[in-house]
Amino acid sequence: MNYTLDFLPVIDGLPSLLAACLGTLGLALGGMILAIIIGVGGVMLRDSGIRQVRWLVIAFVELIRNTPFLVQIYFIYFALPLAGIRLDPTPTAIIALGINGGAYAIEIIRGGVQSIGKGQIEAGLALGLHKTQVFRLIVLKPALRAIYPSLTSQFILLTLTTSVASAIAAYELTSVAQRIESDSFRSFEVYGAVTLFYLVMSWLLMRIFGLIQSRYLSYPVK
Amino acid sequence: MTNHATTPPAATDTPMIVMESVEKWYGGFKALTGINLSVRAGEKIVLCGPSGSGKSTLIRCINHLEAYEKGAIRVDGITLGDDSSTIDAVRREVGMVFQNFNLFPHLTVLQNCTLAPMRTLRQGRKEAEATARRLLDRVKILEQADKYPAQLSGGQQQRVAIARALCMGPKVMLFDEPTSALDPEMVKEVLDTMVALAEEGMTMICVTHEMGFARQVADRVIFMASGEIVEEAPPEVFFSKPSHARTKQFLGEILRGH
Repeated sequence: MNYTLDFLPVIDGLPSLLAACLGTLGLALGGMILAIIIGVGGVMLRDSGIRQVRWLVIAFVELIRNTPFLVQIYFIYFALPLAGIRLDPTPTAIIALGINGGAYAIEIIRGGVQSIGKGQIEAGLALGLHKTQVFRLIVLKPALRAIYPSLTSQFILLTLTTSVASAIAAYELTSVAQRIESDSFRSFEVYGAVTLFYLVMSWLLMRIFGLIQSRYLSYPVK
Repeated sequence: MTNHATTPPAATDTPMIVMESVEKWYGGFKALTGINLSVRAGEKIVLCGPSGSGKSTLIRCINHLEAYEKGAIRVDGITLGDDSSTIDAVRREVGMVFQNFNLFPHLTVLQNCTLAPMRTLRQGRKEAEATARRLLDRVKILEQADKYPAQLSGGQQQRVAIARALCMGPKVMLFDEPTSALDPEMVKEVLDTMVALAEEGMTMICVTHEMGFARQVADRVIFMASGEIVEEAPPEVFFSKPSHARTKQFLGEILRGH
């Protein structure tokens, strides 16, 4: 074991690694926003009462949850241009992350919606609110509150999954690290530092999720 | 000669709710068997009967929380159909209070009261809040306006639920066992609120086993069993001279505890 640690390449590459962290957070944020839209929209569609729509949502969830993310992102990146849709790596990554996270979010949010008592919905209907208003104004917030821990851990997973986007050379931490590593052959140092960066980002996100919870999703319960 | 002023019929003669041969099934189980019922404006009806007799189902048909298979229901002249426009119109006229209060836990008491008026009646926040405060004051709970439902007792929550329904300016109030989920010491405050509402002339249908309340405010007591109206009579007749054996048996069971 004559390996001597040399962090010089990491230190030299620090500005680009830190900038790449922002790239990662950007992908994660975009993916999360898309995932929550797909998640909430998917649950509404699933419960819309139209059978074909319901099956479409179920099929979408099953397709995404039972195929590898790497394949999904390749598919979007390489297959869509054949259909005339050409996207850059970064928007492709955001769409892939959003679709993937959205499928999981549909299942998670649906669980939350099912935990809301029928009486809540009936009270809203009896007050003259429409079905969609009842969902949006009465069901959604308590449902999100009920499943918030599952949803946020899914979003942390989504953030870490951004590293797979290096496969299509999207701008994010892992792809930048790969470049520095291949220039310097300092694998241990580079990926050690990157591991730390991912850890810090996850921790930061957890803090932010906690703040969002106490600001928007907390109210007294029995 | 079509524009001559006609004297409106006396308020108490106008049918506010009419149910004609209403039938409802749950699968193969017939929950309502040809219900005919006419409720005049301002009339107070107490509905009682053993559990599973269809009394809750009956009032839940009036605001279409339950669909029914046969017959017709008219509320204030609006014939309830399966289309959302008549359902909306009827729900605007009919307030409902539930056994389990069903307040929205993520909204304050005031927000519980203003949500529907702002969304369905398009009231501005100021107007909706003024109405809500007036009605919360009427159910004597204004000081709790900024609390959340979980911070209130059951009786307080049910009074808020009554105020919330009243904020929509309903012409009819339906009560579905409003005191059944309450601790005994909280029953009175809710009943007092309902009595006050009755005295102000609200048309009310109450599913309840509170026979003291029935004696005090009901114009008619209706006894249901197996999805049918078995007997209906003013309370003084209903309690002293029930004519059907099932009514007698039911009264025997329910009054024994009092």
